Amino acid sequence: MSVAIRVIPCLDVDAGRVVKGVNFANLRDAGDPVALARAYGEQGADEVTFLDISASSQGRATTDEMVTRTAETVFIPLTVGGGVRSADDVDRLLRCGADKIGINTGAIARPQTIAEIADRFGNQVLVLSLDARREAGQPSGYGVTTHGGRRSAGLDALEWVRQAVDLGAGEILLNSMDADGTTAGFDVEMIDAVRSVVSVPLIASGGAGTVGHFVDAARAGADAVLAASVFHYGTLSIAEVKAGLAEAGFEVRTQGALS
Amino acid sequence: MSATIAVLDYGSGNLHSATRALAATGARVVLTADADEIAAADGLVVPGVGAFAACMAGLEAVDGPAIIRRRLADHRPVLGICVGEQIMFEVGEEHGIVTPGVGVLPGRVELLHAARLPHMGWNTVNAPVGSRLFEGVAGERFYFVHSYGVHDADWPEGALVSWAEHGGDRFVAAVESGALSVTQFHPEKSGQAGARVLRNWVACLG
Repeated sequence: MSVAIRVIPCLDVDAGRVVKGVNFANLRDAGDPVALARAYGEQGADEVTFLDISASSQGRATTDEMVTRTAETVFIPLTVGGGVRSADDVDRLLRCGADKIGINTGAIARPQTIAEIADRFGNQVLVLSLDARREAGQPSGYGVTTHGGRRSAGLDALEWVRQAVDLGAGEILLNSMDADGTTAGFDVEMIDAVRSVVSVPLIASGGAGTVGHFVDAARAGADAVLAASVFHYGTLSIAEVKAGLAEAGFEVRTQGALS
Repeated sequence: MSATIAVLDYGSGNLHSATRALAATGARVVLTADADEIAAADGLVVPGVGAFAACMAGLEAVDGPAIIRRRLADHRPVLGICVGEQIMFEVGEEHGIVTPGVGVLPGRVELLHAARLPHMGWNTVNAPVGSRLFEGVAGERFYFVHSYGVHDADWPEGALVSWAEHGGDRFVAAVESGALSVTQFHPEKSGQAGARVLRNWVACLG
């Protein structure tokens, strides 16, 4: 037996409320991140990721409170990303009860931030989140984007991942901007390419539409698979994805007779 | 009457997660570094994340090693979690820096021999017959996140050692030795299975 492939639902949160449609029939308030995190935990999610898209500092303060409330009742790992610029931001979120912190634009703007965070809290708390796409001008053929994929960061994706891990990133969240929102499948070629340059755990994101897509991502070397809309709209359940992964020979965590 | 648990407050990042999960067992939980308050508690929990040396420095700043040693000498329960597990051993080596631990368990904390590190995620634990910590959770998975661990040691008589494996490397997942229990994984982040481990530990108190 070895470590299981993790299945991770991702929630976009603005000022403490889940945005982008979430359609949970059994929840009275589908916009409450705490209730959703708890529901996903009960359904067998291996972690929950919150992506904070709050633009204002007031929105961030509300997010902190949301993380605190979630950590009080949901006893699985919580990752929080969005707006992280410094080790002090990480300290604040960890104190609220986050277990891992995603950093994206803040690391591109100032790579040394990665080392500062890893030195203070250990590399296991730091997830490098990157939005990558095929970009002919980059040596590897993959480039990093910012602003939700609208702008090129002028960085080679593979080179950036390698640099971030050297600086202290303990995990990579690889989001394909080509596949994102298509439900046509993960970008398995890009997963395979990133897998080949780093040894830290790799989370695949972007493009999930069917159970088979998750299996493809695992086969390409992903240690974890992350998705939003297929889970939020009930197209697929966490259990269905895990059953498919198990059938394909991957180890998954199933909730036993415990309750 | 419910048990009282002191969570050692020495600035480690995951103190609150441990406090909340322990409170969910029904125990009364206090976050403290006060020696008298700790002495009065039925159980002491030492959490920990980050680097071995930084955790030891934090512990020493609140006289933690002496508090732990004294408590165990009196046969009173202590639970160490993750780096709070690792610092119970004799020595830790990270990035070539060798730091003495509390030394209440024999063994050396060192880099795991797996290709993919950190070891991050839900893994199974092979617990020996007679383990009280793992009662009712055979076959369950627990959440690990670490790159360092203990490979083997000359264990004290009667110690129950549980093992996990990652990338072909076998390392200590938990030790139950007299009044001391330690887990390399995070029971406070391991859902229902972890809650059961914490309840099992709390049930042995007092």
